[in-house]
Amino acid sequence: MELGRDGTLESAAWESFRRITIGFLISTAFGVPIGILIGTYRIAEAAIEPPVGFIRYMPAVAFVPLSIVWFGVGENQKYVLIFIGTFFQQVLMVMDDVKRVPREYIDIGYTLGLKDPRILLRIIFPASAPAIWDTLRITLGWAWTWLVVAELVAAPNGLGHMILTAQRYFETDTIFLGILVIGLLGLAMDQTMKIIGRRLFRWAETQRG
Amino acid sequence: MTGPKFSVVGLRKVFGEDERAVVALDGASFELVENEFATLVGTSGCGKSTLLMIAAGLEEETEGQVLVNGTPIVGPGRDRGMVFQTYTLFPWLTVQNNVEFALRAEPMSKAERRRVASEHLALVGLDQFADSYPGQLSGGMRQRVAIARALSYRPEILLMDEPFGALDAQTRQLMQELLTRVWEQHRLTVLFVTHDIDEAVFLSDRVLVMTNRPGRIKLDVPIQLERPRRFQLISSIEFLEYKARLLASVREESLKTTDVAV
Repeated sequence: MELGRDGTLESAAWESFRRITIGFLISTAFGVPIGILIGTYRIAEAAIEPPVGFIRYMPAVAFVPLSIVWFGVGENQKYVLIFIGTFFQQVLMVMDDVKRVPREYIDIGYTLGLKDPRILLRIIFPASAPAIWDTLRITLGWAWTWLVVAELVAAPNGLGHMILTAQRYFETDTIFLGILVIGLLGLAMDQTMKIIGRRLFRWAETQRG
Repeated sequence: MTGPKFSVVGLRKVFGEDERAVVALDGASFELVENEFATLVGTSGCGKSTLLMIAAGLEEETEGQVLVNGTPIVGPGRDRGMVFQTYTLFPWLTVQNNVEFALRAEPMSKAERRRVASEHLALVGLDQFADSYPGQLSGGMRQRVAIARALSYRPEILLMDEPFGALDAQTRQLMQELLTRVWEQHRLTVLFVTHDIDEAVFLSDRVLVMTNRPGRIKLDVPIQLERPRRFQLISSIEFLEYKARLLASVREESLKTTDVAV
């Protein structure tokens, strides 16, 4: 447990945490609005859904060499890989969340005289928000995979890098430690999101339609 | 003499195209005068809900017109309030805020909006539940809030699409009494849709029977039962006479389509 004392583990965990947070936020910043848009408007769906659905099936791992050629081995490459692995899934899942908003909610909005932008903002968004939050929780779990892949291939630090270095010196205990910490960090982030979600969407807990 | 409050003129609605086209409505016409409570009854699939959706502006007619105060409607609008059977309230808003949501377009101060919403919740006996979320209420209570919301912004006509259809028989009876009481105190033009004949006779000034698909108005029966109406009414001779007549008329339509041997 020398790693804990000299701060290697701590800084590795911090680097990984920072990368996944930034990468995931970038992906979410695009994924959620685009998902809502194509879930709401048929024209947007027709234009965006087919290519996204196709790219989604391309394994993000296969983009590693390309991402290095284009973005080098710096931080941007990590974000790009997390983005590729997360964004396309998010778009389609958010689209589905939005489509599951009952038609009646939207119809009530129209009979109350609301126009499209307000319907989107005041009805579709709040109605689908708990489901979107769950989608974010699930995709955050997946994003961890892409982060570790990126760090295993080329990174000066982070948990993935720590595991790879340990492999060179046959330090199995460090490898296990790395895997464990990744698991714990993922669990902690997931639980945090779960608690925040419960607070934000208290109404959804008791909902019966 | 003023014109009708609400008119449906030669309404026709075709779903789909060519050989797969289904004619849901064909030449449905009627008029409602101000403060009249009228109910459309018919077999399931006769197009009564379609007619209501067109009246609300949520569905496009193929031919014909719907007029409010003599003006043809264009899309949905605040002159026509709607109460659906399910998913009527926004679950992310409290009961109070659900009603206030409808009042946001009104030129009112925040305090006034609050007051008007509270008044209407009191009208349906739910002022105690202002801070509850819809998910915490029973189905009957949710429909009461939906009625309070629809009344709060004073639409010209209230459209109700089987609002009590998802409730159990006892709650349903109580809701009918509540709606009658509220309506008798605050007169309003109402177009109600149901397949329950008892409900139709109990609530209405007039019951319109629709033919089976394609839907048209087949029979127009004024219900001359005295008001205020109380639940004892449903066992009176007059009530049962209306009921028998309407049942026979609807049954005739059911028999045309059903495979059930009788």
